[in-house]
Amino acid sequence: MGKNVLKRIDLIFKHEDDCKEILQKTLNRSNDELINELIGSGLKGRGGAGFPTGLKWKLTREAAGDKKYVICNADEGEPGTFKDREILSTVPHKVLTGMAVCGRIIGATEGFIYLRGEYRYLTQTLQPEIDKFHKICDEVGLDFRVKIFLGYGAYICGEESALFESMEGKRGEPRNKPPFPTEFGYLGQPTVINNVETLAHTWTIFKYGAKKFRDLGVQDSRGSKLFSISGDTPIPGIYELELGMTVEEFVEDFGDGDTKAVQVGGASGFCVPRKKFRDIAIGYQGKLTGISLPTGGSMMLFNSSRSMYNVLHNYLEFFCEESCGQCTPCRVGTQQLLHGIRAVKRGEKPASYLDTLFALSETMKATSKCGLGQSVANSFQSIVENFREEMIY
Amino acid sequence: MSNTVNLTINGLEVTVPKGTTVQQAAELLGIKVPVLCYHKDLCIAGNCRVCVVEQVGSKRLLASCATPVHEGMEILTNSLAVRNARKHIIELLLSEHNADCTKCYRNGNCELQELAAEYKITNQNLIDLAQSRAYTIDAFSPSILKDDSRCIRCQRCVRTCDELQSVGALAVAHKGDHMKISTFFNKTISEVVCTNCGQCVIHCPTGALIEKNYIEEVWAAIADPSKHVVVQTAPAVRVGLGEELDLKPGERVTGKMVAALRRLGFNSVLDTDFTADLTIIEEGTELLHRLKKNLVDKDEKYKLPMTTSCSPGWVKFFEHVYPDMLLHMSTCKSPQQMFGALAKTFYAKKIGVDPQNIVSVSIMPCTAKKFEANRPEMRDSGYKDVDYVLTTRELAIMIKQAGIEFSDLPEEK
Repeated sequence: MGKNVLKRIDLIFKHEDDCKEILQKTLNRSNDELINELIGSGLKGRGGAGFPTGLKWKLTREAAGDKKYVICNADEGEPGTFKDREILSTVPHKVLTGMAVCGRIIGATEGFIYLRGEYRYLTQTLQPEIDKFHKICDEVGLDFRVKIFLGYGAYICGEESALFESMEGKRGEPRNKPPFPTEFGYLGQPTVINNVETLAHTWTIFKYGAKKFRDLGVQDSRGSKLFSISGDTPIPGIYELELGMTVEEFVEDFGDGDTKAVQVGGASGFCVPRKKFRDIAIGYQGKLTGISLPTGGSMMLFNSSRSMYNVLHNYLEFFCEESCGQCTPCRVGTQQLLHGIRAVKRGEKPASYLDTLFALSETMKATSKCGLGQSVANSFQSIVENFREEMIY
Repeated sequence: MSNTVNLTINGLEVTVPKGTTVQQAAELLGIKVPVLCYHKDLCIAGNCRVCVVEQVGSKRLLASCATPVHEGMEILTNSLAVRNARKHIIELLLSEHNADCTKCYRNGNCELQELAAEYKITNQNLIDLAQSRAYTIDAFSPSILKDDSRCIRCQRCVRTCDELQSVGALAVAHKGDHMKISTFFNKTISEVVCTNCGQCVIHCPTGALIEKNYIEEVWAAIADPSKHVVVQTAPAVRVGLGEELDLKPGERVTGKMVAALRRLGFNSVLDTDFTADLTIIEEGTELLHRLKKNLVDKDEKYKLPMTTSCSPGWVKFFEHVYPDMLLHMSTCKSPQQMFGALAKTFYAKKIGVDPQNIVSVSIMPCTAKKFEANRPEMRDSGYKDVDYVLTTRELAIMIKQAGIEFSDLPEEK
């Protein structure tokens, strides 16, 4: 514990108040140059899905539309994540700068921060920051305005298309894809939607150049990432670490010496048992990194006093409640998994019923309309597979 | 850029216009992909996931109703992965559905039941979720009965009410396992803006939304020797009834319908056509009167233009949505209610029967008439002017129950 094998990075929360200079300097460069820099940096979406940010901006820039929008996704709802809140509390100008530069590149004059309903209190400090930023935009001659849109507390509204629906005043339900937001986003217009942290990283790239960012991390998983670390750890909190570390390295630093499993990526992520700590790295899927798990930054550690049945039960209860309810595999599937593991635990169904549920979770993965239903199987399968005896006895 | 797209479905090549969905392309090849939430009248939802198909090279299955084709796609509609997933989805729907089919009004005429039969869902492994839940049945409306335990949440009704009817009485409420089709503040259908048009009933694939039926009440009246049962049939019924009784859709079956009504035991079989004409005369007279008052006498109290008041769905829609414009509506009764009033006054006197012993039944194409007959103002004869309103579907059920071979009936007047 606390071995400090992992290098602590200090980029995102580094105190820097040269907002106007950086914005001016960046806007002096051409759009093509900026997009190439961003693509060259290897930055991928920090919400967890890992779509290359430069490519997203490029596609939206090329898409035809009457109006375009930049949206910062601050609906931080994945159980165990609390990094975006911290970014918006301490360095909001970095996010705003990223949004403004994106606006100039894609041709948007309006941006929104979709703020999780529970973060309403943040508006007290965030709004003055936005006002201050608007003045900077005026000073550098950039036509760009940012508004805060408050969510109402549904987990599903962090899914980008459900978020658009919510902003349009409709029920927060994911849309059919394609079309994707780069073509058909908010109000049906081409839209860039990025996680808070992704936008904050663009500040680093524009200020220090792609190389500084690229030098961190490993192939296909470049740069640093914020991790929200919780559970059985003596030092919970938010840490900026390089991508590409193995779970073993992570546990050496943050575990309590008795870590039996790490849940990477929150309720919708994967559970890594002790025996696989060495084989699994944290980062995006790629050639050299071997088995790697992407994450929005939620890392939950469990020690041997924890029942993995209770952990899974908790996640499934969460999904039963937070599924939007529109598509069958997700709405009913989550309920079947929850009731199913209960029935096995109580002996009402045989242990082999776990296999039936396993197959069902495969169908949920293959047929659900959006990422929520598709990812329920991640935690279900990785927990049931690795802790089967805890599910039964 | 080409406006057509080439793809293969189950190995067959097909070229379709850009923007076609995978399911439509399959249909062109004569390949049926099962659907539940999809309905040709409505916008695409893509939420039931029954129509999933496999795209070669992709682990995710596609909802074929919601996925546009693209060049070079290789689609499989009946691969093992598709079959297994589809069976799972049907099983999931059944596990959340009150599948007590023998006690359902839509037994034998239910799209979910049909799918379950087609895929031979005989080994239901999953836990019956419907049993452990409390569902409400809303039977307060005289027109529509809503049974949430039969609902599969395909949202066809919501889309119908919103897109086709622009009423918006039905909406989705709550999320996750509590997600349900509801109304404003979960009030009963009789208390919200619902116009009772019944389009949701037509579009519902299961027995979740059905017409409130009065079949037993009518049988009881027919069986009561002290009652004189008069029946009127609306013009639309004679072209809709055949379809329900295995004849060609749209075939005119006036003569057979009259014959069937007599055999069912109605004492008097009459035609709403008569009072439809009466309505036209009344409305026409009212219009002439209004034109004179408004245009010649410049009396603003008489509003123009004047709209019809024939349809009770339209009337209720007007009352809810345009209450400030009600004076534009004709003050005449609908043909059904003119008939009802006449049956218990003029007709009663003519045949010498006490109006309290007359039971007036009407066969109508839409469920809003059921509501209309129950309006408190529709008692001009001193009694309830129209006692029971049946839809075409209910009449067909009565004919079947009576064992009448409809297609063999003679034409009667």
